[in-house]
Amino acid sequence: MHLILFLLFAGFCLAGAINLLLQSHPINSALSLVVVMTSLAVLYLLLGAEFLAAAQIIVYSGAIMVLFTFVVMLLNAGREERTLGSRAARAVGFPAVVVILGVLATLIVHAHGLGVASLSDAITSTEDLSRVLFRELLLPFEVTSILILIAILGAVALARHGDGETPTSEERTSPK
Amino acid sequence: MTILEFFLWSLLKVAVITVVMLLGIAYTVLLERKLVGRIQNRWGPNRVGPFGLLQPLVDGAKSFLKEDLIPTAVYKPLYLIAPIIALGCALISIAVVPFGAPKMGPHGMDLFEIADVNIGLLVILGITSVGVYGIALAGWSSNNKYSLLGALRSSAQLISYELALGLSLVGVVLRAGSLNLRAIVEQQATRGIVTWNIFGGFQFVAFFIYLMAAYAETNRSPFDLPEAESELTGGYHTEYSSMKFAMFFMAEYGNMINVGCVATLLFLGGWTSPLGNLIGPPQNILVQALMPIFWFVTKVFCFLFLYVWVRGTLPRFRYDQLMNFGWRYLMPLAILNIVGTSLWLAYR
Repeated sequence: MHLILFLLFAGFCLAGAINLLLQSHPINSALSLVVVMTSLAVLYLLLGAEFLAAAQIIVYSGAIMVLFTFVVMLLNAGREERTLGSRAARAVGFPAVVVILGVLATLIVHAHGLGVASLSDAITSTEDLSRVLFRELLLPFEVTSILILIAILGAVALARHGDGETPTSEERTSPK
Repeated sequence: MTILEFFLWSLLKVAVITVVMLLGIAYTVLLERKLVGRIQNRWGPNRVGPFGLLQPLVDGAKSFLKEDLIPTAVYKPLYLIAPIIALGCALISIAVVPFGAPKMGPHGMDLFEIADVNIGLLVILGITSVGVYGIALAGWSSNNKYSLLGALRSSAQLISYELALGLSLVGVVLRAGSLNLRAIVEQQATRGIVTWNIFGGFQFVAFFIYLMAAYAETNRSPFDLPEAESELTGGYHTEYSSMKFAMFFMAEYGNMINVGCVATLLFLGGWTSPLGNLIGPPQNILVQALMPIFWFVTKVFCFLFLYVWVRGTLPRFRYDQLMNFGWRYLMPLAILNIVGTSLWLAYR
């Protein structure tokens, strides 16, 4: 049962990823990415990471990808031109991809101490997860959140800076 | 229990609950029309059947029989799939909602819940967040300015208020120490109405935030800007007609019911009686099984009544007021509620 579901959703995931590359319309690509994210969530669930699966759907498929489609809709991006690319890129690119995939695959197969995850009924409860996250890994967790906070502040600062250069935009947009 | 038995029972539960949900949606529409009619000092629908009770059936037949128009300039695949996404997401959430006492079926099975999931609350939030695509894609694929504006407004509104909605639920989860909806209900049901989260748990601030955010999430008045008919003709569903329009309509009312179910489970004690253990459990097994469902439906009904009442009373917000309210008032309030609840729990 687990194996059937795994193969099914791994298939969805790969099909979505390939479709993402092949589609010429941005919104179709964005929606393929939603399929990829959601299938990944099911794969997490099969590995027993229920909280991660739910977070994947809420954060990635729900919030981030909605922002993607939002931007596509707002810019009203049209169909992309399909270029065939240079001949050199094709001659070098495909072998290079094969080589990189091969190297990564051998590294992963031969690596030790990565830990194992298996398809089973075992489930890591949210309680266990938060215990690890907020006790043993508290420092990395907090450092990551501060990193994200800095990124947000940077984005706000950049946006403000843009406003300062064109003082009229403030007057134009404020609904007073 | 064999796997075949499990499969057949699940199929039966899904079929019954889906039919009940669809009927509930149909009669919520009638409830709204009747109540808003009374609020505006008129009768509302009262011609079809006794007290207009057959009106939803006739409306459904009308939607089915109308011509199915597809404008020429739409982007067809997304235009067709958008109402399905909207209605699908509205109907799926009920699968994790427990609406009756546990383990009433044969072999100690849950008869009154399709699936008892550890992370039930997160599943509902996830399905709600995916539901945005229905509206967003409908507006974009219609190739119409009004639809696009409606869809943009709606996506921005849903993302903004989803944050406040999620944060308002954290207090309840902290108190219960679990994301399982059954565990959350059982934690607050020890002494009836006194221990409900909204009263005994001091989560009324969270309830208020949830209520506001839920109105915005379901695109209901006073936050119904995505389909503000005076500005956008119909918002995201301007180009939809017949059954496809009806699917958006049903999705909206289905979401109202879902929101009512979540409010009932999280703040109003779920399927348990407000009297607690003052009255002992009834002797008759049938009454014992049906009483929880009665309480659950009554609570959801009260919530829906409030929804319609608000719609009949309050005018629509302006867009900048909507965003200010969400980000500057509801969000900080929700964070304060989390801090307060955690401090109180730690102190106890």
